[in-house]
Amino acid sequence: MVPRVILGGGIVKGMIETARNFVGSYTDASRLTTVEYPEQRIPLHANARQFPFLVFDGTDPMAGLRCVACQICEKECPPQCIYIIKDSVKKPDYLGKMQMQPKVFDIDLSVCMSCQICVEVCPFDAIKMDTEFELSNDDRFAGLLVNKHQLAKPNSHFARIHPAEAAEVDGRLAAEKAKAEAKARADAEAKAKAAATSPPPAGNPSSSPPPKS
Amino acid sequence: MEPLKGLLSTLWKALTDQPDPKAPFLESIPEDYRSLASAVLSVAPILMVFPLLFALTTVLERKGLGRIQNRLGPNRVGPAGFLQFAADGLKTLTKEDVVPRAADRVVHFLAPIALVIPVLLTFAVLPFGRNLAPIDLDAGLLFFFAVSSATELAVFMAGWASRNKYSLLGALRAVAQMVSYEIPLVLAALSVVMITGTLSLSAIAAAQSPTPGSFLAPWYVFTPWGLMGFLLFMIAACAEANRSPFDLPEGESEIIAGYYLEYSGFKFALFFLGEYLGLFASSGLAITLFLGGWNAPFAFMQGWLPSWVWFFAKLATLIAVFIWIRGTLPRVRMDQLMGLAWKFMIPMTLLTLVAAGLWHRLPSAPLRWVACTALLAGAFLVLGRVLMPRTRHGRRVYRYAD
Ligand code: SF4
Ligand code: SF4
Repeated sequence: MVPRVILGGGIVKGMIETARNFVGSYTDASRLTTVEYPEQRIPLHANARQFPFLVFDGTDPMAGLRCVACQICEKECPPQCIYIIKDSVKKPDYLGKMQMQPKVFDIDLSVCMSCQICVEVCPFDAIKMDTEFELSNDDRFAGLLVNKHQLAKPNSHFARIHPAEAAEVDGRLAAEKAKAEAKARADAEAKAKAAATSPPPAGNPSSSPPPKS
Repeated sequence: MEPLKGLLSTLWKALTDQPDPKAPFLESIPEDYRSLASAVLSVAPILMVFPLLFALTTVLERKGLGRIQNRLGPNRVGPAGFLQFAADGLKTLTKEDVVPRAADRVVHFLAPIALVIPVLLTFAVLPFGRNLAPIDLDAGLLFFFAVSSATELAVFMAGWASRNKYSLLGALRAVAQMVSYEIPLVLAALSVVMITGTLSLSAIAAAQSPTPGSFLAPWYVFTPWGLMGFLLFMIAACAEANRSPFDLPEGESEIIAGYYLEYSGFKFALFFLGEYLGLFASSGLAITLFLGGWNAPFAFMQGWLPSWVWFFAKLATLIAVFIWIRGTLPRVRMDQLMGLAWKFMIPMTLLTLVAAGLWHRLPSAPLRWVACTALLAGAFLVLGRVLMPRTRHGRRVYRYAD
């Protein structure tokens, strides 16, 4: 609108533009995109990730921990911030199989780079990324080393922060469990049939286990 | 009790435009102290008002720039963020004052002081209201320019004493820029002196008082030469104050912070203060010379408000424009800066002097309007054409990054 041939025309044009911005920031709410963070919060992205946590099923965090202390994540973690010691006592997993469990499972918060590789490599869906980002701490040594009690969070938390991913994991685990149960039942039935056709010698009744319910 | 009553009466007289406001207080104290008290009465308000204005300006500037960029700006300290300056001031006061080992300690220490003192001295001759000129010098304008050019020395002291190449580069740039723009600044002011025939700033302000019966006040900015002079003066003042878009001496992206790179803590704050006070002083001078000083814009408004209110309203407006410009224009290059000063500003200010002369000599109103406007507008167009780069920029080609 201001002819370009006049010296200063561009300046006037720019001044009009900034004046429009200035007035617009008062009249047009869509221009002011600032989120005043501690008071105002916006919902996090579906794929937001910050720091890993350990998923547990049921109500008891330590008994329900899915982690089997296989140490794959410890080996794969690029900055080597996971530290695991296996326990000598085993505990049953969600399929009822006896599995190892971690005695110590620490992650160094100050070293973790939120790469999610531990999550990708875990074959047991035991470690997932949390979205919690207000992780500051006033103890820069012990406070930044997060142990397994602090890391353990229920599956419902996972379902809340990453609904889609949690639904997929839950479905898969449920299918696996159903398959394992079906297999166990089929095995039991086969065994029972075999027992019916050729009855076992007396005095050895334990060779056919009772079918699992 | 007497002096307190005198002080209150003095304050009242000053705020309500009455002549000789200092008298009640001076009469209430012993004879021997009067000259000292008179000086304190002149200095104290300047020392209180303008640093406070500086503090407020820093907050408003950040808020305004924020809004120009669709941000909120500072809004945490105090109501709506207006106490931000207190937090900033405390921060600079409590910060460690680092002096480089290689620096010339004495000069390094003196430079910020040598910057602020001349700037404060310039306020002495500005008439803030009808009877509110701290010193009514006959050669006030001369005093103003003489004192304000001392800041160049302070800037160079800072750059040289820091023993840092960026500081020195910044100082060299600053001196080159300030010396170049001093000329159009003085020449633009000279046109007013040609018309009024006086160097006294109070007299210049009084000459722009509206005559009873007229409508528009005879501010010089309402004449062709005055408008051009005002614009040129403001551009030069902007460059003198190292304000954006002429903030090359402190260009962060190239020489970090220029001449005050090696300053921290309160010395840095003093540089900051000096720069803003310089801006206020030259805006105040522009108001006095071109915008009618403490006069109201229309004859019928004269007397509605105390005269100093008009002055400060104009000052606030000019500061707002400076902030607006800072939010709009990017920094110019050194060659553009010098080109503007020597190829455009100086010829234009010289022609403004010619136009002011014409205005003074030509008798009839329409003729001098036409003649002055034609002269200045023509010169502006021609010089603008000459100054604007005629090179046509072709398509940008990427020779190596294909
Ligand atoms: S979190 Fe997963 S990968 Fe890591 S030790 Fe436990 S089960 Fe193995
Ligand atoms: S997110 Fe990456 S860095 Fe952090 S613990 Fe997992 S693998 Fe290690």
